[in-house]
Amino acid sequence: MVISDKKVRDIAQLARLKLSEQDLAVVGFGLGQILEFIQQMDAVDTTNIEPLAHPLELDAHRRSDEVLEINLRDTYQRVAPQVQNALYLVPKVVE
Amino acid sequence: MSAYPETVAKIATALAKGEFSSVEITRHFLQKIAAHDGRLNSYITVCEEHALNQAAAADKLLKKKVAGPLAGVPYAHKDIFCTKGIKTSCGSRMLDNFIAPYSATVSERLDAASMVLLGKTNMDEFAMGSSNETSYYGPVTNPWREDTVPGGSSGGSATAVAARLAPCATGTDTGGSIRQPSALCGISGLKPTYGRVSRFGLIAFASSLDQAGPMATTAEDLALMLNIMVGFDKKDSTSIDRPTEDYTRALNKPVNGLRVGIPQQYFSSDLDADVAAPIRIAISELEAMGATCIDLDLKHMDLSIPAYYVISSAECSSNLSRYDGVRFGHRCNEPRNLEDLYCRSRSEGFGVETQRRILIGTYALSSGYYDAYYRKAQKVRRLIKDEFQSAFANIDAILGPTSPSAAFEIGQKVDDPITMYLSDVYTTAVNLAGLPAISIPVGFAEGLPVGMQLIGNYFDEAKLLQIAHQYQGITDWHQLLPPMQSTID
Repeated sequence: MVISDKKVRDIAQLARLKLSEQDLAVVGFGLGQILEFIQQMDAVDTTNIEPLAHPLELDAHRRSDEVLEINLRDTYQRVAPQVQNALYLVPKVVE
Repeated sequence: MSAYPETVAKIATALAKGEFSSVEITRHFLQKIAAHDGRLNSYITVCEEHALNQAAAADKLLKKKVAGPLAGVPYAHKDIFCTKGIKTSCGSRMLDNFIAPYSATVSERLDAASMVLLGKTNMDEFAMGSSNETSYYGPVTNPWREDTVPGGSSGGSATAVAARLAPCATGTDTGGSIRQPSALCGISGLKPTYGRVSRFGLIAFASSLDQAGPMATTAEDLALMLNIMVGFDKKDSTSIDRPTEDYTRALNKPVNGLRVGIPQQYFSSDLDADVAAPIRIAISELEAMGATCIDLDLKHMDLSIPAYYVISSAECSSNLSRYDGVRFGHRCNEPRNLEDLYCRSRSEGFGVETQRRILIGTYALSSGYYDAYYRKAQKVRRLIKDEFQSAFANIDAILGPTSPSAAFEIGQKVDDPITMYLSDVYTTAVNLAGLPAISIPVGFAEGLPVGMQLIGNYFDEAKLLQIAHQYQGITDWHQLLPPMQSTID
């Protein structure tokens, strides 16, 4: 199975990963091999089988909407690369 | 021989009797780590000062006779669990600078039990790997033969326990990451039923598969640790609200009358003959002890690896989207714009295997491919779960090898992802179904340990521990030390 350079570039863009032009073919070849391997699943007929998203098929717990924790913004922002006035700094988005 | 006992059970008893202090045994392990871990690379961070403080606090409780059963016992903690104020890297450059601002529930439970954190163990990056070679911190070596891998992803924990650089350790198991390294390093490891141990603060790889569990030399030690790790957690929406139980309660019950299923698919041509041999001997030993072994046909097992790699990669691509270079973790230098910040931070922060899994997952979830890959894999997942459920109507446990081969050489499979993925051919189905399973040592293949896997029905951890403990009562594989051990201490 061959994954084209264009397809690899599109997938990498969706995943926000930067691949060099030289890497595209190698990555595409590797992905193709894995996807081919994965297609072994086609050997079994799964018509009318309900997909299983979660092993125990339980409902998520619900709890009342009350504040249980104190505001720890400063603690959590201490590990951020760049913060100013409690705001995360990123390159300018709007000119 | 060490002056100190090596199992959790014996250390706990000796601490309670006051035969030595927690500070003394902690210092003993810290010294062994300092002397030998340079070669093994099983720890990413050693928490010397923190450990000695925790040990001193445990000693106070022990002296007052108000300590819990494992108070003062040292342990190694996989570097996937957040530990407040301590670096939590998940084996990745992405989190090389991450000092966790809060603790995982598992970390809190171990703290509350007054256990002593020796350090954070090496692992495959974001738990994606079966050899510990994808770690940003370099490969871990297997103490049984130092040119071989310890397995993965909990490879650091497995090596630390096997080399007796910790009496026990935590691990996590998404597709075999507790059981496979336990097998390759000759120790015991248990993956509990999905939802039994909280995932809060456990850095996510594939959320419907990830489950934390204990690693140690004996089944009894696993039971003791599991008693501490298990419990309902409101902070984890998939945690199971079910009363806690004493996992040691069935250890001394004979296996007489238990029915054990042997799936023929687990003994196909993929299995190395020298791994099959000790497993077959273990089967006859269990039969001699009164267990009934019956043949089992699990015909969908062969599809577990393909289904697993779709589902785990899909969940990984979603979970790892949080690493954006903005809120925590690695950020690239001088980003030109926001897009460049995201893309370069992620490409620099993630290693090759992690990026590969993100790409597979993104592909499988992308428009036009979703039904053929993700939805198909979820349907196969149900077939696998249903097959296990029908099997457990007639049997108490399923038995087979943990891994198709013993430890392989460092570098041997690293460039061939599919061959690497197949090291988990006997373990991933268990995660897809959410079942508990244990791996225990049952012999050797050319001097390298062989692990046997026992799979149980939901919440049957105590029964798996019972079979394992009874087997360990008549064998000594779990007590044997790696050759390099003779020079340690």
